[in-house]
Amino acid sequence: MSVPPQPADGATATGGATGGGTAVGGAADGGAADGGAADGGGAASRAGAPAADLAARLTGFVRALRGHGLRIGPAETVDAAAVLDVLGLADREQVRAGLAAALLRSDGQRGVFDAAFDLFFPLGVGDPESVRRASGPDASDPALRDPAAPEPDQPDLAPLDPAHLDLARLDPAHLDLAALREDLRARLAAALAADDRAAQARLAGEAVAAFGRYGTAGGSGRPGSDGWSAYQTLGRLSPETLLARVLAALRAGAAGRAAPGPDDLADHLLPDEIRRRIQDFRAMVATEARRRAAEVRGTEHVAERAVAPSTDRIDFLAAGRDQLAELRRTVHPLARKLATRLAARRRRAARGHIDLRRTLRRSLSTGGVPLRPAHRLRRPARPELVLICDVSGSVAGFSDFTLLLVQAMREQFSKVRVFAFVNRTAEVTDLLTRGGGDPAALARRILTEAKVTGYHGNSDYGSALGEFADHHLDAVGPRTSVLILGDARNNYRDPRTAALQRIAARARRVYWLNPEQPALWGTGDSAAPAYAQVVEMHCCRNARRLGEFIARLLPV
Amino acid sequence: MGGEGTQFFESVADTAARLAEAGYLASTDVATTVFLADRLGKPLLVEGPAGVGKTELAKAVAATGRARLVRLQCYEGIDEARALYEWNHAKQLLRITAGRDEGWDQARTDIFGEEFLLTRPLLTAIRGDEPTVLLIDEMDKADVEVEALLLEVLSDFQVTVPELGTITASRRPFVLLTSNATRELSEALRRRCLFLHLGYPEAELERRIVRLRVPGLDAALAESLVRVVGALRAMELRKAPSVAETVDWARTLLALGADTLDETVVRATLGVVLKHQDDVLKATQKLTVA
Repeated sequence: MSVPPQPADGATATGGATGGGTAVGGAADGGAADGGAADGGGAASRAGAPAADLAARLTGFVRALRGHGLRIGPAETVDAAAVLDVLGLADREQVRAGLAAALLRSDGQRGVFDAAFDLFFPLGVGDPESVRRASGPDASDPALRDPAAPEPDQPDLAPLDPAHLDLARLDPAHLDLAALREDLRARLAAALAADDRAAQARLAGEAVAAFGRYGTAGGSGRPGSDGWSAYQTLGRLSPETLLARVLAALRAGAAGRAAPGPDDLADHLLPDEIRRRIQDFRAMVATEARRRAAEVRGTEHVAERAVAPSTDRIDFLAAGRDQLAELRRTVHPLARKLATRLAARRRRAARGHIDLRRTLRRSLSTGGVPLRPAHRLRRPARPELVLICDVSGSVAGFSDFTLLLVQAMREQFSKVRVFAFVNRTAEVTDLLTRGGGDPAALARRILTEAKVTGYHGNSDYGSALGEFADHHLDAVGPRTSVLILGDARNNYRDPRTAALQRIAARARRVYWLNPEQPALWGTGDSAAPAYAQVVEMHCCRNARRLGEFIARLLPV
Repeated sequence: MGGEGTQFFESVADTAARLAEAGYLASTDVATTVFLADRLGKPLLVEGPAGVGKTELAKAVAATGRARLVRLQCYEGIDEARALYEWNHAKQLLRITAGRDEGWDQARTDIFGEEFLLTRPLLTAIRGDEPTVLLIDEMDKADVEVEALLLEVLSDFQVTVPELGTITASRRPFVLLTSNATRELSEALRRRCLFLHLGYPEAELERRIVRLRVPGLDAALAESLVRVVGALRAMELRKAPSVAETVDWARTLLALGADTLDETVVRATLGVVLKHQDDVLKATQKLTVA
């Protein structure tokens, strides 16, 4: 284990409080043990861990990742330990990259990993100022700095007045919060304009320290009674409203130097870019709030609850706008993966059946000896598929994703027809194939261009299924698999299971995919049990389950 | 575990610096992972979209380590005979016909000797004495059976030829596998490798890549270019532009002698970066309306 020299000013700040002489620059929490004292808060419970407990920390980290569905065996944990041994703990980003290389097996897991990493290997403990000091030496030491990484913050880029930091360290209750808010916003605008990520990260820390605390004032450290909230911080700081200010600052700056002409397209993209930077800043605040919360409540506790799931495990019903966009991006890779898997299954299934006629024919070229047997080619019948989707608000995310997935896999089916409903049913196959372009706008186009609502705007499965059975039943034949997508929440109307029975009688199979968990079926206005008696109902809460289901649907 | 690696590099910083010398600008993630693969002697599995420089990375590592690059290009239906080794049947037959008078025992020991062995990339990489980089390209295109074949090679760096015995590497090669993730590689294979996801680079890194690859391009134009590409990637397109396409676009602009990235230039050259008509339409709309 290579341990870099203890940062000098970190040591003075610690004042020998812990005696953990093996502090490391910013990677483990030993070097920042002073934060516990400076903060005077609940950090004391976690502070002062010497580097000797690194193994325990690593296994705790691995356990947390397993808790989020990552499959990590002991062999990988040993690899991770070897990685730490080779890299040392001097550079936190290197440790992050190294552990990711040893522990991760696919890209979708990186988000979970990063969030958990920030909790288990925090930049420091306590206030941002002490954290910054703890991580300072490695940032300023040119020997440890990665030449490929972007240059770390230059002091002149973001005005980092010591006065400001003192301001942030004081008890927020005694401060003029409005003035502090204005000050933070002004500096955030400057940092966003300069695209200075290091300064943004510092500001995220200060913002959480100033606005993020909730619960008993003064934070006596009783677990559970207080904590740190990203939501509260962002609500008070409202970084979104800075867009115009940052834009103005950048435009003014551009006018100063010899700017490219107004025709330059890149300038049109500026608002989008700044929106993305603000989005990144929000993520930084969330990370910072989780880190502070982990000090109060224990790392494991926070890792279990506050780390967002990996993309293929996002619950359709609970997904936010960003998560849905992320899901949409996975549609095409998922479709391709399913198609490849299917092709492999078919190839394997084709072996074993000898085509006698072709084998004999082939044997003529080798003097009648059947050296190379010919196998019978199987032509799997491509099934017809009819989708009947609830596109009302409650399950729109789920329907949307399934539609896109089926659309991406359409060559696997001989025919796909799609019907959408809220309380009336309309065919939307055309909307899906024509243009096809913008998946984000698909749901809106279905709602505006197709006749899916009648006298009211609520879901009515009974009348929708009835209308399908009355007018569109010719879409269903003996080779058709019918998929019905929806949560079967019928607003206490008549479920009309007879209509569903008529559909089921004509189709080869009918499946109902319900994005709600089975425990909720039948609660409130859910008519799921009634429908489940007629057709097979499957719970499909996330992209992984949906992928598995679609793969099963296709014949080998 | 120190002695098992290929030992091309001294440290992460050294890795990054020397890869840069070879014309490959590496992010912290890439430099760290390459360094670890080098030090721990584990194969490196690189996954990511097409055109972000997965194969280039292997070439750069080979160049910095002054190692010979052995490349196994995978495709559907690749088998043992193409990946590992094959007996040269024709030559064996010739040998048998040439020595008609000798006994069976002598012929048998002869025809299964080194002379009749055709080494394919995997065996070549293991048998060499000089430093070697083994690139197994587009692993996901190969069938699952080939993965099983690789397990022995990747974990123990040895190949068993029944007639000759087990051949163990005297010097471990630096192994790099690439995959476009068209199918999931098996757990067993992944477990033996370090994993690196190579995504699209950050704007700053991409600017440096463009400047390195297309030195003649105006710096301001390169910056606009990278920003436009970044915006294109943020849109939901069927195929997002990769680094290779950014560089292509930069070359195109240089050849056209454009000095700003205005609407007409973009309209005329968008086909270089976007490869689907839907995407081109959508992007034009977005870029001109915004």
